[in-house]
Amino acid sequence: MTNSVPTPSISQQRVAASLKRRYAAEMRFRAYGIAAIAVGLMFVAFLFTSIISKGYSSFEQTFIALDVDYAADTIDPEGKRDHDTLANADYQAVIKASLRTQFPDVEGRASLRHLYGMISNSAEQVLRDRVLANPKLIGTHATVWLLADDHVDTFFKGQIDRKLSEADRPISDEEIAWVDALKAQKRAELRFNPAFFTSGDSREPEQAGVAGALAGSALTLLITLLLSFPIGVAAAIYLEEFAPRNVWTDIIEVNINNLAAVPSIVFGLLGLAMFIQFFGLPRSSPMVGGLVLSLMTLPTIIIAGRASLKAVPPSIREAAFGMGASRMQMVAHHVLPLALPGMLTGTIIGMARALGESAPLLMIGMVAFIVDVPHGLSDPSTVLPVQIYLWARSPERAFVERTSGAIMVLLGFLLVMNAVAVILRNRFERRW
Amino acid sequence: MQSSTVVIAILLLASAAFQWAKNRSISLVGGTRSIRNLHSLPAYYGMYVALWCALPALAVLGLWHLFGDRVVLGMVLAQMPGEFQHLPADQAGLLLNDIRNVVSGAVPVEMARPAVVAAAQQWKAISDQSAIAGGLLSLVVAIAVGFWALRSIRPELRARNRVERIGEWALLASSGVAILTTIGIVISVLYEAIHFFHFVSPIDFLFGTTWSPQMAMRADQVGSSGAFGAVPLFTGTLLIAVIALAVSVPVGLFSAIYLAEYAARSVRTVVKPLLEILAGIPTVVYGFFAAMTVGPLLRQLGESMGLTVVSESALSAGLVMGVMIIPFVSSLADDMITAVPQSMRDGAYALGATRSETIRNVVLPAALPGIVGGVLLAASRAIGETMIVVMAAGLAANLTANPFEAVTTVTVQIATLLVGDSEFDSPKTLAAFALGLVLFISTLALNIVALKVVRKYREQYD
Repeated sequence: MTNSVPTPSISQQRVAASLKRRYAAEMRFRAYGIAAIAVGLMFVAFLFTSIISKGYSSFEQTFIALDVDYAADTIDPEGKRDHDTLANADYQAVIKASLRTQFPDVEGRASLRHLYGMISNSAEQVLRDRVLANPKLIGTHATVWLLADDHVDTFFKGQIDRKLSEADRPISDEEIAWVDALKAQKRAELRFNPAFFTSGDSREPEQAGVAGALAGSALTLLITLLLSFPIGVAAAIYLEEFAPRNVWTDIIEVNINNLAAVPSIVFGLLGLAMFIQFFGLPRSSPMVGGLVLSLMTLPTIIIAGRASLKAVPPSIREAAFGMGASRMQMVAHHVLPLALPGMLTGTIIGMARALGESAPLLMIGMVAFIVDVPHGLSDPSTVLPVQIYLWARSPERAFVERTSGAIMVLLGFLLVMNAVAVILRNRFERRW
Repeated sequence: MQSSTVVIAILLLASAAFQWAKNRSISLVGGTRSIRNLHSLPAYYGMYVALWCALPALAVLGLWHLFGDRVVLGMVLAQMPGEFQHLPADQAGLLLNDIRNVVSGAVPVEMARPAVVAAAQQWKAISDQSAIAGGLLSLVVAIAVGFWALRSIRPELRARNRVERIGEWALLASSGVAILTTIGIVISVLYEAIHFFHFVSPIDFLFGTTWSPQMAMRADQVGSSGAFGAVPLFTGTLLIAVIALAVSVPVGLFSAIYLAEYAARSVRTVVKPLLEILAGIPTVVYGFFAAMTVGPLLRQLGESMGLTVVSESALSAGLVMGVMIIPFVSSLADDMITAVPQSMRDGAYALGATRSETIRNVVLPAALPGIVGGVLLAASRAIGETMIVVMAAGLAANLTANPFEAVTTVTVQIATLLVGDSEFDSPKTLAAFALGLVLFISTLALNIVALKVVRKYREQYD
């Protein structure tokens, strides 16, 4: 033992020299990981801000207050006051007259057309409903808030730059002047737009709503749930508790795994060729949509169901057998109740996926333009994601905010479903 | 008679039969006190009889529905005037369509030929009668078989075993639905695809380089000969899939490595679900995002750098699709990395390796087969994805490898060919099924290979 400092060997020198490089490599590697996660999270943030910033305004709509003169000689000149006369009266003329009183200086055919175009053509309907509900209105004056047309609405929300030249924007100079005048008089304002949730699709952006698509989605998902949950649970039980280990069950297993990865559009082809062409079921109906989606969801439910059956410990089964239960009784009375929360979680996740699915539904004709809210399983209808697709293709500027609004509604539903699944899992998950 | 009414009636009968049979089984052994003399619990006798009551009747009703129409059709055609008998197949089909249209009211009675109107009226009359007859027959079957089953109850009847046997069959049938689905897919796609190959030879389809699926309405029409060479679609699909993988594999892999090897547990529990949000977003939302935000953004970016990037470029669709697949790649890679046993890491640390060296030289090589399997699965996702490309990629079939240009994909073409009217005899419609066949086979092959790779790897360490 000497107390002099040992001179480092050559290999030690090399290690010391390389250490710095190696630690730098270590730091770099770690930075790549952090960067990757940052990129992923950035996309999440970017996606959501982009959708929400475009879509929040669709829940509000521009309304214009008009002093409506329910003139008796326009609505009901003969004084009959019966339902037919009132329902078929010329409310358009009433609105035009009110607009002219509001802006008495407007003259000329083109300017008048612009002026009349400020109010959505749904306004007639509003007046008609009011008069039909209360015929005593005829002959009186009242201030009514009426829906503005979509180009006025887009301008009012500041989505059109007023500095653009007149030819480049959908709203003319005089219309801008009128809107400014109305705003100054507090006769134009943004209000909550209930029609977005209560009306069906429309060619006019300001009147279009998601009610029809929501009803279609609900009916389609109902069919999907009614078919795929019982069949999926039964198949999972068979494969996990009853099936003998042989070639057939192997084939079924491989099959289910492969079905889970078949592109969704292929299920659409199946639906078109089998359900519509061969069995002659009605096109565009929630019935066919539900059938196709349930075939798509089945593998998810079966796989989740098997996983939760596997999680039930064998001792439960042996105890049931020990008490003299048959296999069916063992499953129905003991294993299934314990596995059911897990199966429900899987089902909800499958349903959430079915709710967001649109490609196979394009194939079976659920892309038609449908104004009416569907009421039955064979009514033509559309679903929320397909409605989003349809609106996204519409050229009008105002449909962009509708699309984003509908996406927010869809994401809201998905959020609720996934939250329910998480709560269910946390509440009923059992560790054995 | 509405078939739903018949079904409800049968179910009511079955529930009545359940009660009767249950009571009868109890009374057979002389009251609830001596119930131990029965082989099964009384409810099983009830179930036994109820099932006998309902199942055969429902089967009769179903069969009647399936084949009744055809029988009615034969009867109607047989009674038509002589010149309508023995028509060639295509004309018979037209005639049938005419009759159907009159029945459904699509064609007004005044516009149809008198013979057709007569046949339509007869059809209506016969099918009404047939519906009543079918309903009555199934009710009779329900009552007769139910009554027979009720009479056959004996204390020693093994009711539970029989009911359970039926239950097992029902479970087996449910798991058969998956097989039926696969068979259904194969039959429907293959059948129409073969039909398509009567018009266009498979060689032209698979190796042709022009795609313009318009068919001439008239023989002398210019410029619409209809070319079904799918190579531009395959290259377009591959281009977009490659871009998507180029985004998702590095990002997914590195985030999985970081989360599995470096991140503290608290970071992991927050970041992982956040990343998985990306997997739960519907594809139509990604499509809208790609078309409205990313596409124009890339075009502006390209302009500022002096590049021409079209709004519907392959890049924007591929980029957004890549974002969609990130959580898919990262969760699979995460599984694979955590499956590598800790002892292998410890061995590397003991030799003085740093963490990143351990990961690069030990963990990743060990996890590689699994990761490759995951990437293959991701590729099959990218190939089969529809909505993003329908909304953000173009329709023009360009044969190009330039990501700034618009390309089209197999799924886009399937969607555009089939949306709208679909006659099942034009090559244009049938082409979609041929493309569907290619898509189905290629994704299936990718999946089978990927699952094999993953499974083989898993067996090594379990």
